[in-house]
Amino acid sequence: MIKIIDVARSFNGLPVLQGVNLEAPAGKITVVIGKSGAGKSVLLKHVAGLLKPDRGRILIHGADITRARGRELQAIKKGFGVLFQGGALFDSLTVLENVAFPLREKTRLTEEEIFQRARQRLAQVNLPPETQDKYPDEISGGMKKRVALARALVQEPEILLFDEPVTGLDPPMMNTVFHLIAKTRQESGYTGLVVSHDIPAVFQIADYVAMLHQGRIIAFGTPQEVEQHPNPVVQNFLRGEIDFLET
Amino acid sequence: MFSLFRNFGRFSLSVTQETGRATLFLMEALGLAFVPPYRPRRLLREVYSIGCKSLLIIFLTAAFTGMVLALQGYYTLKRYGSESALGSAVALSLIRELGPVLTALMVSGRAGSAITAEIGIMRITEQLDALDTMAVNPLQYVVTPKLLAGLISVPLLTAIFNVVGILGGFAVGVLLLGVSAGAYFSGMVQSVVSLDINGGIVKSLVFGLTIMLVACYNGYFTGRGAEGVSSATTRTVVVSAVLVLAWDYVLTSFFM
Repeated sequence: MIKIIDVARSFNGLPVLQGVNLEAPAGKITVVIGKSGAGKSVLLKHVAGLLKPDRGRILIHGADITRARGRELQAIKKGFGVLFQGGALFDSLTVLENVAFPLREKTRLTEEEIFQRARQRLAQVNLPPETQDKYPDEISGGMKKRVALARALVQEPEILLFDEPVTGLDPPMMNTVFHLIAKTRQESGYTGLVVSHDIPAVFQIADYVAMLHQGRIIAFGTPQEVEQHPNPVVQNFLRGEIDFLET
Repeated sequence: MFSLFRNFGRFSLSVTQETGRATLFLMEALGLAFVPPYRPRRLLREVYSIGCKSLLIIFLTAAFTGMVLALQGYYTLKRYGSESALGSAVALSLIRELGPVLTALMVSGRAGSAITAEIGIMRITEQLDALDTMAVNPLQYVVTPKLLAGLISVPLLTAIFNVVGILGGFAVGVLLLGVSAGAYFSGMVQSVVSLDINGGIVKSLVFGLTIMLVACYNGYFTGRGAEGVSSATTRTVVVSAVLVLAWDYVLTSFFM
């Protein structure tokens, strides 16, 4: 379970997160929605331990990642998988080597076992075998996302974080990636935290939805509850109405 | 007038801050060399990339430097009837000064800029963050092998530079201008002492570490986007060249 308690963070005096409180239940997918620039990715990077908050705590199965150092921090991170917005695949490694990378670095498996597991994960995300020896710049954006998902899954993490998993993809590929996320969650049972502004497509994988606005969570509940939320900011965002302050 | 002082103060503070940050970066990255997991393959790959791939440019630079030194030296020494001292003049110039400095400048231009671009692109495409989230320390995985490879490669390249430069001087001085081969080499043996060689080695170690530190640091803390990487790459070449020359003065005064 991920518990975010009163997390605040400013950049150059500009507040981005202003006391975020959120609980992502274990074994469920929680989707954080919000406008571009609302601080969703910043929140995710705090959960991943890449940024430290000015204030507040983030508990991962009870351990505070904001205060953890050294081996404790490494142990928390070992339970993570992160799918970055651009995939963040290592461009000097092939698709198969990218997926095998975490196993090579963090396990004592033989090369044969490592590649067998990597191939299994690539098959799980429906990636054709002929792409395995290609480099990331030789495959499409949708394939990159699938390779990144396979890499995030290969260590069988308890928690998977998704930063805009379908941004920039065409609708069929968007649905494919969402289908894969739902499928892999069912198979692996991980806790998912997804950051996205792809409304309403992202609702198909969400068990819970939270809306981040002006550095705070202003709505939380099941997709149906959030769709019925009385706050006009939530309704305007869900309906995609023009924000006159930004025009 | 007031703003001049203010800007100078601001600049000084920024330089001090950056120096401190870079020193901590260096100490952490070098310290991680002693912490498992050890990655000898990555180190070898970096030695190949920084060292072996710089060989051609080092050969060319060294050969022409030795040839020019011999040409200039011959006509100067001839005025005093001391052409036989050509070998020692070429060797001392190369071993003490030109070998370490020119090798360092060539490595910083070829490998330093490439390292900044490589790490910078890893930063802006979140590859460094990806390593971090996999519980792989990006500093240990990316930076430490490059620092160690710089420490290994630059002294070796300097040694090669010196030998090729001396042979270039031989080609011009002996084969072209007619200085006696015996005089060329015996003068060298008599005048070059171990302090010269040790000084050259110490210089090349310091230069190697400096170039790699500047290159890795600028890449690791690059600005946003392609423009950020581009300016970081330029900064690497300029800063490492200035630092190499500044270090050269300090170390030369130390070894004199």
